Amino acid sequence: MDRLMSLCVPSLNLRMHRSLIDSLEIQSCYLLSEHSCLASGFGSIHFVLLVSRQGKVRLTKWYSPYTQKERSKVIRELSGVILNRGPKLCNFVEWRGYKVVYKRYASLYFCMCIDAEDNELEVLEIIHHYVEILDRYFGSVCELDLIFNFHKAYYILDELLIAGEIQESSKKTVARIISAQDEMVEAAKEEAGSISYIIAQAS
Amino acid sequence: MNSIFSGTRLRDMIRSIRACKTAAEERGVVRKECADIRASINENDPHDRHRNLAKLMFIHMLGYPTHFGQMECLKLIASPGFPEKRIGYLGLMLLLDERQEVLMLVTNSLKQDLNHTNQYVVGLALCALGNICSAEMARDLAPEVERLIQFRDPNIRKKAALCSTRIVRKVPDLAENFINAASSLLKEKHHGVLITGVQLCYELCTINDEALEYFRKVAPLFALDRSIYAYMSIAKCTEGLIKTLRDITNSAYQPEYDVAGITDPFLHIRLLKLLRVLGHGDADASDLMTDILAQVATKTESNKNAGNAVLYECVETIMAIEDTSSLRVLAINILGRFLSNRDNNIRYVALNMLMKAIAFDDQAVQRHRVTILECVKDPDASIRKRALELVSLLVNENNVKQLTKELIDYLEISDEDFKEDLSAKICSIVEKFSPEKIWYIDQMLKVLSEAGKFVKDDVWHALIVVISNASELHGYTVRALYKAVLTYSEQETLVRVAIWCIGEYGDLLVNNVGMLGIEDPITVTESDAVDVVEDAITRHNSDMTTKAMALVALLKLSSRFPSISERIKDIIVKQKGSLLLEMQQRAIEFNSIVDRHKNIRWSSLVERMPVLDEATFNVRRAGSLPASVSTMAKPSVSIPNGVAAAPLVDLLDLGSDDIMAAPSSSGADFLQDLLGVDLGSSSAQSG
Repeated sequence: MDRLMSLCVPSLNLRMHRSLIDSLEIQSCYLLSEHSCLASGFGSIHFVLLVSRQGKVRLTKWYSPYTQKERSKVIRELSGVILNRGPKLCNFVEWRGYKVVYKRYASLYFCMCIDAEDNELEVLEIIHHYVEILDRYFGSVCELDLIFNFHKAYYILDELLIAGEIQESSKKTVARIISAQDEMVEAAKEEAGSISYIIAQAS
Repeated sequence: MNSIFSGTRLRDMIRSIRACKTAAEERGVVRKECADIRASINENDPHDRHRNLAKLMFIHMLGYPTHFGQMECLKLIASPGFPEKRIGYLGLMLLLDERQEVLMLVTNSLKQDLNHTNQYVVGLALCALGNICSAEMARDLAPEVERLIQFRDPNIRKKAALCSTRIVRKVPDLAENFINAASSLLKEKHHGVLITGVQLCYELCTINDEALEYFRKVAPLFALDRSIYAYMSIAKCTEGLIKTLRDITNSAYQPEYDVAGITDPFLHIRLLKLLRVLGHGDADASDLMTDILAQVATKTESNKNAGNAVLYECVETIMAIEDTSSLRVLAINILGRFLSNRDNNIRYVALNMLMKAIAFDDQAVQRHRVTILECVKDPDASIRKRALELVSLLVNENNVKQLTKELIDYLEISDEDFKEDLSAKICSIVEKFSPEKIWYIDQMLKVLSEAGKFVKDDVWHALIVVISNASELHGYTVRALYKAVLTYSEQETLVRVAIWCIGEYGDLLVNNVGMLGIEDPITVTESDAVDVVEDAITRHNSDMTTKAMALVALLKLSSRFPSISERIKDIIVKQKGSLLLEMQQRAIEFNSIVDRHKNIRWSSLVERMPVLDEATFNVRRAGSLPASVSTMAKPSVSIPNGVAAAPLVDLLDLGSDDIMAAPSSSGADFLQDLLGVDLGSSSAQSG
């Protein structure tokens, strides 16, 4: 996952570089101006990882292209790095040229990988935003909730981030949308339950 | 027909997996479950698909292969029911990645779902597309997504906006199609749509120059007020964004969006990022923004992370737009304040930003030098590292002495694992900026005494080159080294440099020659000097290089100290029986020289080394790292007496593992040259 940097000349055709880089399937690209202050990556967040203190994976979400094999490798490597961090250190780790922002909540580490140029303080807020939404949904969420209801944790994450970008800043709105979808599932289950019952009776 | 309750429930499977005590047990359970799932898949019964996929996803997270379930995702997505689609899309996003061809098969379902009557189904499709679509899918479905940006429901609009960001990243050519739709999003009131809309505009501006121009100049301006919705006729989008930012900064408490006293920090940050892109390279746009940026910079509360995240983004924007120096100074002062924040995240972030800020305003950053130096001593390793890098960027001729003193003081008390980085940095600072040689030598001596074992070869080679060139300091240096090595004899590099100097300048040492005004005379007998060198040979933890150098030093001393040449000879003779081949060889050869010294031009053999050419050394060092290997091959600079500058380097890297084969020939070369005796093929001679 190499990072390609190229210095811009003022009349750079950014589009050309983008498709060239894309065809080489490089993970992220920096286009730096002379002042090196204007950067753009392929996605603010490359992946999200929830891992327990024992190293068990509770959730992984990938916004950049990683093959299954690459994913396992990343998880193993990153878990090792993060689980070995001391408690008083800052919440940012430099890893493979990226930055990983992580925060520990009880027995779980919430990790999000971003480009080195991105705003890591904001990502800390995004992590906290996610945790608060989970907390409201499950009522004092704990790791066990996320183990048995992993699919719900994913659904909630999908209401929070798309393409590695934040989608909604209101916890209330996210809760409302999730709840509406849950109701639809409940309704469909009931309906299916009753039909199947009828069929089961008939056969 | 299968019973609806065939196979274990998801919950039960999870429980039984968690109950496993060993990895083998877990594998057994998983294998059984996978077998059941496979059988169920083969029966093609729609009822169990949902549960099967859920189980598969759990198994996948444990790390087991689950590709046989990929088609199930597709079937579920194609089902009419919402729950099936929901889990089908989730499975798709988890079990597949965009490089797999199976993904293409979903395109048709996606297209249908993007047009579904149930808006939550549309949402599912947009989410899946936005997370994993490939370039082809993006191209196929872009028109649908573009249409959805204007959908009646804000939930869909925001998803469509983010899905579009992925589409334009994958297929930048399509950017133009989205410009109009994106600009309409900027007038939104709904925070979610506004955030995603701003993000989309940001993407478009960074990908596509025309989009950038459009948003700077052409897009109509809309004002956003919490309660009023009004049009203004001035045609600059930038101003609209500024107004939006001002409104959100000034807005009263909104519980739904409040985070630690900031109303919707995410929106703040998105707006700041977009303003950055618009202001960069455009003086007019930058001008318009200065007020609001100053307002955000000064008014935002910085006691919680949310506020600091906004401030950080604000500082980034200030740095990127066209120069208004008062704003830049403000920004750097914010960073200076960050440096003293108790939260180490904030300190870390500030150090990063200050490194970029140096490019603009070195002076302003220099003002915070003291605080930055404090950060070098921080308990957090990542902060120490960053601070050290920043300090080395701040060094100039004026502050180098002060800074070096501070760093060396810290070197004495720092952790072992930090000493390497710190000593390397100090050495490079000292080499680059030292105002006079004596100061350089002093500092290097201190570093070698404290952290000699971390100092790299090229660094102490450079030191020797400088020493040899500073003829007026030879006496001072050898005396200082002698004193140091008595105290710090476990620092390998220090010992080596000391031995070399004692060998070369031993006579200056014992006779207190070349005393400088600042020195006190010390009494060192010839015997004392030889003690030091002998100690280096006999000490059990000296390495090969040191011992070899010590032997050479002894050879030189046997000429300079004729009165104790017997003792020296004894030491050399003792090494003839050394188990180290290199030592044995040298001992034998040197012994034969000492024995026959009446017959050969003895003193000229070991007379003072000619001054090593600094310029050549620097060039060679800069050009070829590792220098040692290539200097063997290249003809060395010709210097009178036929003594090449190479031998010093050759000698010293005889200890290195790479070129064990070479040693004996270079040793023989050395002797060959001077004796003028043709001991065989002279073609390999290096000088």
